Amino acid sequence: MHLPHVYGLLAEFERPEELVEAARRAREAGYRRMDAYTPFPIHGLSDALGFGRTKLPLVVLAGGLIGCATALGMQWFSSTIHYPINVGGRPLASWPSFIPITFELTVLFAAVFAVLGMLGMNGLPMPYHPVFNAPRFAFASRDRFFLCIEAKDPLFNERSIRAFFESVGAREVVAVEE
Amino acid sequence: MSRAVQPGRGGPPVIEPGHTYATVTDKISSIVLARRTPLFWVLGFFASFTLTMVLLGAISYLLARGIGIWGVNQPVGWGFAIINFVWWIGIGHAGTLISAILLLLRQEWRTSINRFAEAMTLFAVACAGLFPLLHMGRPWLAYWLLPYPNTMALWPQWRSPLVWDVFAVSTYASVSLLFWFVGMIPDLATLRDRARRKGFQIFYGMLAMGWRGSALHWYRYETAYLLLAGLATPLVISVHTVVSFDFTIGIIPGWHSTIFPPYFVAGAIYAGFAMVLLLAIPLRAVYGLQDFITMRHLENMAKILLATGLIVGYGYVIEAFMSWYSANPYEGYMIGNRMRGPYAPVYWSLMLCNIVAPQFLWFKRVRTSPPVLFGIAVVVSIGMWLERFVIVVTSLHRDFLPSSWGMYFPTIWDWATFVGTIGLFLALMFLFIRFLPMISIFEMRTLVPEAGPLAMQPIPEHSVAGEEG
Repeated sequence: MHLPHVYGLLAEFERPEELVEAARRAREAGYRRMDAYTPFPIHGLSDALGFGRTKLPLVVLAGGLIGCATALGMQWFSSTIHYPINVGGRPLASWPSFIPITFELTVLFAAVFAVLGMLGMNGLPMPYHPVFNAPRFAFASRDRFFLCIEAKDPLFNERSIRAFFESVGAREVVAVEE
Repeated sequence: MSRAVQPGRGGPPVIEPGHTYATVTDKISSIVLARRTPLFWVLGFFASFTLTMVLLGAISYLLARGIGIWGVNQPVGWGFAIINFVWWIGIGHAGTLISAILLLLRQEWRTSINRFAEAMTLFAVACAGLFPLLHMGRPWLAYWLLPYPNTMALWPQWRSPLVWDVFAVSTYASVSLLFWFVGMIPDLATLRDRARRKGFQIFYGMLAMGWRGSALHWYRYETAYLLLAGLATPLVISVHTVVSFDFTIGIIPGWHSTIFPPYFVAGAIYAGFAMVLLLAIPLRAVYGLQDFITMRHLENMAKILLATGLIVGYGYVIEAFMSWYSANPYEGYMIGNRMRGPYAPVYWSLMLCNIVAPQFLWFKRVRTSPPVLFGIAVVVSIGMWLERFVIVVTSLHRDFLPSSWGMYFPTIWDWATFVGTIGLFLALMFLFIRFLPMISIFEMRTLVPEAGPLAMQPIPEHSVAGEEG
């Protein structure tokens, strides 16, 4: 049953252990489209929710390799092809002296890819999100822990989810409007 | 009993008992969101802003007249600009050390000092970056340092340490900025949610970029933060190494030495921790943050100060030893000139500040007394500045040919520029503590007792081999 104008049901918990337990049991109960909102990263929560491993490290590796190739390629191209200068017959492609810049650009590209990759995969910046409509959601950045089962979930049923949230000790359950 | 309140190996806890998620959040965010600006802030900002105006005046006059207004000339072409550049960039290193290296080493105590130490890094690098630009003489052509397609078909000289420096320092500034900003996103969301005034809600809301604390977001966030720490760790070592290459690649006596990279990096951390202490001790007193920046933090920083001070002292001894052992007459003259020449008072003050002063830190009573620590940090900061003075000036003013020897004396404009950057640094620091959270709120939440074992420290435990749990 998909309710129009409802994004999902949001349950509030007081303690992180309760949230992790609720997330684990929700997954066991067959819910898949859900997310938790917490004031700090919680050990094991993404596993309990069934999120896979992130691809971010690969993005960072790609950034590092691109930076490395850019730096080496630029120095090699300019020293040997575009602007070769013969200094007493010394080699044009003097790679040991190219290393510092190669290292710096590798780090720079990898770091930029890490940050933009993290933001991009998270879909940030995102000025509007339905969960902000929940009246007590501001506490998710202070001292409360929230679990949201979204209306897109195939098993979404407001009454059974409310009953489920009560059985796992939710402090309060609200329907989040789109 | 949770690990957060355990005293750990000796000494006070990293956060005083009795705090909850709510109290740490409210305490730190109230500093920023308070309606009334404290009087000391207004006075402090006014004073540092005045000095910033001195800097602006000095730069304006410099642009109008050229670097002839400074004391630099042949044979000492580097003078204050390079001394101050190396001093400031070194100060920045402690911020990255605290935020990246101590993170990877799982030092929980770093949590309450990393944010403002990173801010310190950023502002110190900003001050440092000014000097080489101004020293170029024609700063409006600074973009010539970068590889860009130009009608002259020219490229930077890749084999020059000065070009490496451009890349090292600009990468360092960029990565430090990213690291600092990414670390702040969850706290900006906290401020957005707690701000009462519309303007602040919009300001912090835009900076927080819609962060909502989603579990999936946290997971990627932690991964990104950890990777950034891993990238920043070798970067911070590389930056001062490259700065030391500016000297060692040259053949000037006293510069051409392999001890420079490690000794510069240790000196940078030494100067940086002194500056962190200089900032932390007054901040915790005026904002009542003794619960978060505890005696444990001060003592640990004092120990790092002592350790790096000893490495720096070793560097001085090796420098003197090698100048004798190498049997090179120019090296031998250089060290004799430092000890007995016209700049001997500077050399001996440097030894007093950097070798003798930190020895007091062997005593626990000194390490746990904030006023005494503050005094030692002032002395160390001066000492590290003198060190760069000795390296730059004494090596240049008498090198190979006695006929081209000379003396270097800074002018009023050298001093105005230097003091002006201190003003700029402090003014930026004052703005930072007023408008941004100076302690990482979300990481402090993981340290309170109620967080228990589930609270994830920035390094998840399962990612560290041999760790229980």
